[in-house]
Amino acid sequence: MAEESARPGPRIREGDWAVLKRDEVFKAVQVLRRRKVIFEKQWFYLDNAIGHIYGTTFEVSTGGSLQPKKKMEETTTETKEAGTDNRNIVDDGKSQKLTHDDIQALKDKGIKGQEIVQQLIENSTTFRGKTEFAQDKYIKKKKKKYEAVITIVKPSTRILSTMYYAREPGKINHLRYDTLAQMLTLGNIRAGNKMIVMETCAGLVLGAIMERMGGHGSIIQMYPGGGPVRAATSCFGFPESFFRTLYEFPLSKVCSLVSGTFSSETLPSEPDYNVPVEEESNGSLEEKQTLIQETEVESNTEAVMESIETGDQETMDDLAAEDAECKESKERRNKENIREKQRKQQERKRKLVETAALLEEKNADGLIVASKFHPTPLLLSLLEFVAPSRPFVVYCQYKEPLLDCYTKLREKGGVINLKLSETWLRNYQVLPDRSHPKLMMSGGGGYLLSGITVTMEKVQSDANSLEAQKIEEPVSKKRKLEELHC
Amino acid sequence: MSFVEYRDTIKDGDTAIVFLGHESMFPVKVQHGGKTQTKYGVIRHSTDLIGKRYGSKVTCSKGGWVFILHPTPELWTMNLPHRTQILYSTDISLITMMLELKPGSIVCESGTGSGSLSHAIIRTVAPTGHLYTVEFHQQRAEKAEEEFQEHKVEHLVTVKNQDVCKNGFGVSNVADAVFLDIPSPWEAIGHAKSALKIEGGRICSFSPCIEQVQRTCLAMEEHGFTEINTLESLLRVYNVRTVSLQIPDLGKAAEDNSGTGFDSSNQSNPESLYGILQQGTAQFKSGVPLKEMVGHTGYLTFATKSLF
Repeated sequence: MAEESARPGPRIREGDWAVLKRDEVFKAVQVLRRRKVIFEKQWFYLDNAIGHIYGTTFEVSTGGSLQPKKKMEETTTETKEAGTDNRNIVDDGKSQKLTHDDIQALKDKGIKGQEIVQQLIENSTTFRGKTEFAQDKYIKKKKKKYEAVITIVKPSTRILSTMYYAREPGKINHLRYDTLAQMLTLGNIRAGNKMIVMETCAGLVLGAIMERMGGHGSIIQMYPGGGPVRAATSCFGFPESFFRTLYEFPLSKVCSLVSGTFSSETLPSEPDYNVPVEEESNGSLEEKQTLIQETEVESNTEAVMESIETGDQETMDDLAAEDAECKESKERRNKENIREKQRKQQERKRKLVETAALLEEKNADGLIVASKFHPTPLLLSLLEFVAPSRPFVVYCQYKEPLLDCYTKLREKGGVINLKLSETWLRNYQVLPDRSHPKLMMSGGGGYLLSGITVTMEKVQSDANSLEAQKIEEPVSKKRKLEELHC
Repeated sequence: MSFVEYRDTIKDGDTAIVFLGHESMFPVKVQHGGKTQTKYGVIRHSTDLIGKRYGSKVTCSKGGWVFILHPTPELWTMNLPHRTQILYSTDISLITMMLELKPGSIVCESGTGSGSLSHAIIRTVAPTGHLYTVEFHQQRAEKAEEEFQEHKVEHLVTVKNQDVCKNGFGVSNVADAVFLDIPSPWEAIGHAKSALKIEGGRICSFSPCIEQVQRTCLAMEEHGFTEINTLESLLRVYNVRTVSLQIPDLGKAAEDNSGTGFDSSNQSNPESLYGILQQGTAQFKSGVPLKEMVGHTGYLTFATKSLF
């Protein structure tokens, strides 16, 4: 244990947001005691992980407790017996002599995964005849199934974006992690920027931007409906300070802001409390507080009821006095509740006005859009708040809306270097004499439209089209004429 | 101007980007009294640039105009003078994210080359991080040093002129991430491991040839790196075009209405039979891929150094 505590590195603490990893599968969890966690068909408690360094690997032992697993020395590869090819290997499903029950018995006996794999190899009639490569592949496959090792790692954009794309792509509009990587770079996201972000990716894009800004600068998150969803953002485990320069602004007020008729009088309706915990929005914290206050009031009345039942020595007068006191405190509490609610509303209003002022400065350093909404109205409106010579990036799951966006932006002017692109990503298996791209690859990761803002000139429409001509890639004359009419 | 922070107005000593039109731009060193020739005429720095807002339109002497842009590492990558083959933003984006770079990160890189990736790393790790970059070619190392100073980022980077395979990065156990873009990266894996923090970090090796990748993966495994993963990323660009396709003339069906098969409700026009409404042309908007695209830059191999 002395050796363990001497190791440097950040340690897993209770309350931390961590990521469970088994081979290529990830799951984000909050480290809480006595909380059952299910991951990859195993269930366990994280209690034993607390205090270990991030990166520690564990095994699930009986009772669901985690035991740290030391990195075992790989058994030296002595020249085993192997065949040359598979011409004589017949796949009749009967080559493994151990039955399902046999294996279960081994597991029940508590035999370690490594030993089970060894047993499977010894009881396979075809193993000796396989080529070395096939044997390798067989062992890897069995290890993956029976040597269940879980690593606990620190969250990062890399890990969370990979996790979300694999587990819940629908929540992030099928934004593939390399596409997200492109957005962060094309958008020149860095410490000190003042960013405008509009996303409906559960807060993953927001989190990625916050990570790249390191708490420096500011972010204004635009949101639809009652409040922004930041489920994924909490998984990053950012310090409190990062949230002090994070603002939010309702999309429903954008038009009024742009036209100069903004007023803080009508706030958007309260967030939907029926949303599942996963997708907690801003307002639910408020809800929880009022609930706590309400239960306190209830328990007070209960206490009074109890004292009456147990037949206290107190006189009826005392009881009456207590009852009146109870009523008074109940009234007081109700008044407090109302005052608290009013104070919160005032605070929200104040923040809204502050955020509106930040937007009205029209000097944001960039705009990132990644949402389920059609991108054109978002871009055309939100670009108003961005300074000239700043990048913007729009993500869309589909190409066609970005074609429309591109066209409308050209018509509007004030942007250059427009580029519509997507990235193609391929994974490789690299082994001696067995290197090749992997069998499956992602079919698509979404599309990006990026560009740079420039000062808007008040020019006539034909000057604009001249500009468009210059900015467009040189094409044959015939095509050019047609384009001007689009 | 700053490569690591935005400023609003152009100042003497800035590196600005002159944008002439589609994919046509170049960097310019802004100086009092300086003049820059463009195909639209001359730009006089003192009157046309200094004091103007970045993003402004500048009219040149012959009447044409250009836009002056604030530099970013991405614009720099597209316009920097090449001393070697460089990494482009597509690979740079993936490297940045997969190495988990962020403000405060300490990064080791070799070879510096033309400084394309270096500028991107510096931008990401600023203001509290640092880049240690190693280049074995003396002139390239000096040029890189010069550029970092011109771009006012020298406080965030240390350039070393040595061979990383023989002498490492010159630092021990300080890096969160190491990047290798050298001919024989497997010879530097050991040095990379010692440059990385004891508690761990990330490594990336970029190699054009699969044979290099194979050797490097083996070396990584032997040195105890985990999560070894090789991938490649390619950029597909689309041109937004309005396309007009001509409707073919398929002629007409039988001229007379002798009732040999067509009912009267079925018009004899091929257009209605084959789904097209009128003669002439059909117009639509399309994202058309380019005729040629980059098909390969290099394989990116990532791995994690872990205590376990």
